[in-house]
Amino acid sequence: MGAVEVGDRMPARTLSDLKRGEEGILDRLEVAAEVAQRLMELGFLPGVRVSAGRAAPGGDPMIFRVDGSEVALRRATARRLILRDSTQVGEEGDNV
Amino acid sequence: MSDFQAASAAKAPPATPKTSGAFSLVAVVGAPNCGKSTLFNRLTGLRQKVANYPGVTVEKRLGRVRVEGGREITLVDLPGIYSLTARSEDERVARGVLLGEMPGLPSPDAVLLVVDSTNLNRNLSLAAPILALGIPTLVVLNMSDDLHSRGGMVDGRRLSERLGVPVVLASAARGEGLETIRAFLSRRSAAPQRLELPVLQDIPGRRRWAVHATGQSGYQAPAAAVWTRRLDSVLLHPLGGPLIFLLVVMAVFQSIFTLAQPLMDGTEAVIAASGLWIGTLLPDSWFRDLLLEGVWAGVGSVLVFLPQILFLFLLIGVMEDSGYLARAAVIADRTMARVGLEGKAFIPLLSAYACAIPAIMATRTIESRRERLATILIAPFMTCSARLPVYVLVIAAFLPEKPLLGPLLGTRAAAMIGLYLLGFGAAVATARLLKSTLLKRRSPLPFTLELPPYRWPTLQSIGLRLADRSLIFLKRAGTVILLVTVVLWFLASVPRTDGEAPEISHSLAGKMGKAVEPVIEPLGFNWKIGIGLITSLAAREVIVGTLGTIYGIEAAEEGGDEGSPGLQQALKQDLTPGAAVALLIFFAFALQCMSTVAVVRRETGGWRLAILQFGYMLALAYFGAWLGKTLVEIWI
Repeated sequence: MGAVEVGDRMPARTLSDLKRGEEGILDRLEVAAEVAQRLMELGFLPGVRVSAGRAAPGGDPMIFRVDGSEVALRRATARRLILRDSTQVGEEGDNV
Repeated sequence: MSDFQAASAAKAPPATPKTSGAFSLVAVVGAPNCGKSTLFNRLTGLRQKVANYPGVTVEKRLGRVRVEGGREITLVDLPGIYSLTARSEDERVARGVLLGEMPGLPSPDAVLLVVDSTNLNRNLSLAAPILALGIPTLVVLNMSDDLHSRGGMVDGRRLSERLGVPVVLASAARGEGLETIRAFLSRRSAAPQRLELPVLQDIPGRRRWAVHATGQSGYQAPAAAVWTRRLDSVLLHPLGGPLIFLLVVMAVFQSIFTLAQPLMDGTEAVIAASGLWIGTLLPDSWFRDLLLEGVWAGVGSVLVFLPQILFLFLLIGVMEDSGYLARAAVIADRTMARVGLEGKAFIPLLSAYACAIPAIMATRTIESRRERLATILIAPFMTCSARLPVYVLVIAAFLPEKPLLGPLLGTRAAAMIGLYLLGFGAAVATARLLKSTLLKRRSPLPFTLELPPYRWPTLQSIGLRLADRSLIFLKRAGTVILLVTVVLWFLASVPRTDGEAPEISHSLAGKMGKAVEPVIEPLGFNWKIGIGLITSLAAREVIVGTLGTIYGIEAAEEGGDEGSPGLQQALKQDLTPGAAVALLIFFAFALQCMSTVAVVRRETGGWRLAILQFGYMLALAYFGAWLGKTLVEIWI
């Protein structure tokens, strides 16, 4: 990493940045196609609203509320699920 | 896997004789946690047959259902799957069965597609590929009682029109909707279906299709499960959660020893009394000796463990069906990750403290093959109940009871805890070793776990599981252990001279013990212990009965009577303290249980890992025992 330029691009927020009760819209899954498929089957689809629930002691794994169910993911996995920039959040989340 | 492909290529499915379009084989399909197995159990009851698909580790459950006209049809319960892509073994098997590619199983005539109606959008999008197969299908909207009680609704008829297949609202747990399902199964002809489906590999597309279909059927998702939130705020509390978790583990542990104890004592008394009774009925003969010294003593000493094993399964069953198990797995995940395992490995390892066999079967819940194999390979290090009789016998013989921590902990209990820790340590070290060698390649799928809402466990599903496990256990006692004790009894009573049984040292068994003596001599074991080690290859606890027989103790005192002073005295004369420690360590590490080896072979789909595990544990046992003896001798 070079010098930090103030005001330049912030690193993208991911699911692992969500605090308990916070929610965000999932933008993309930066994981292997096979893993993406499984995560999408569990409800982690791009455009979907995800909220962070409780976590195991120590904060890992985290529990997410997505598409009407609760799913536990390790932080390492949650870090690869990128949230949509909050300024762009529209009405696209089609779920609870 | 290649094994599986080779197997399916080698044998084409046999053609099935079908009677005028009536169903004869129906597959039950659904995602994990949709209540699929509950429905299967409801429909088939105890008329189930469990086996494995050839070459893979996936369980094959078949059950019989009686339908209209007294005819019986077969249901096959497929593993819970999220899709039909061939990523996991479960998915490959489900796909294979549905497409009629499984050897020995015809293609199903119809499908019961079980979906969780409380989360219909997601479940239906997962179900799309199964609807697209074009097999006659009944969509079972399960858990409709939950849906309604939480204020949700769906119009089954309109959904049926949308999907082009019949739909029924049901609750497998409460037995609602079963009549419609039975009527479907009794059907003689299947209506053709036409269904417009999105591209199947496109999950977002499938999802939009599902939302559209449910929207047109008046689907309203239920409100959040209030009780689940409330319970989770306690059970997943940052401090309270782990605390309750530890309490639950300790309670499970404690109760399989304390609460099961009266039942075990009762079983033992019944076995002893029935043995005595039979003894008075039969005339003095070799057959009477065989029956009492061989069968009753040997098999009886194993049957005693049945209450303990049932108790463990009852507790695990309640945890699983209520939904707590998933929370426990989340809480345990981080600790397990340190050893290189995942949270779901925790329950199988806990069960292994009762018996490695059900534990290894319980690893089926672990999705990643690598994690699952690691768990299978270390499970037998956990101190199972079959080791207890051996530990109790040796510790009682060599270690005088003295208080260590006042009335709380005595020397004998401390020694016992030490042996538990020894096994646990070996398991952890082995898991580490496996992760850096044999199972180095990381699994492609990360840890994911869906947390189902809490539900009351039903008596039926737990009762069925207990019955299932008892049968497996009784089968084992009735076959392997029976065989070993009878064979041992014969070996110890031949060759006969002048119609008299030989002295044990001259019998065939004695000769076998003497043959292995040079190998076990460095551990301080003589030929008598040698016979015990050979017979305990079948099952650990057999050594107690064997030593009892060998030391020529009266029949009444034999078998399971591990506290008998006669046997203890005899052992004390034959073993130095160092050799006693060696014997304990040997039993802590060695895989002396043919049933476990057989289950590992079945679950890993081949002999390779089973043999490797047996050899590794034997080597560890031998050198551990030698080291233990040497250290004790230096110390004393």
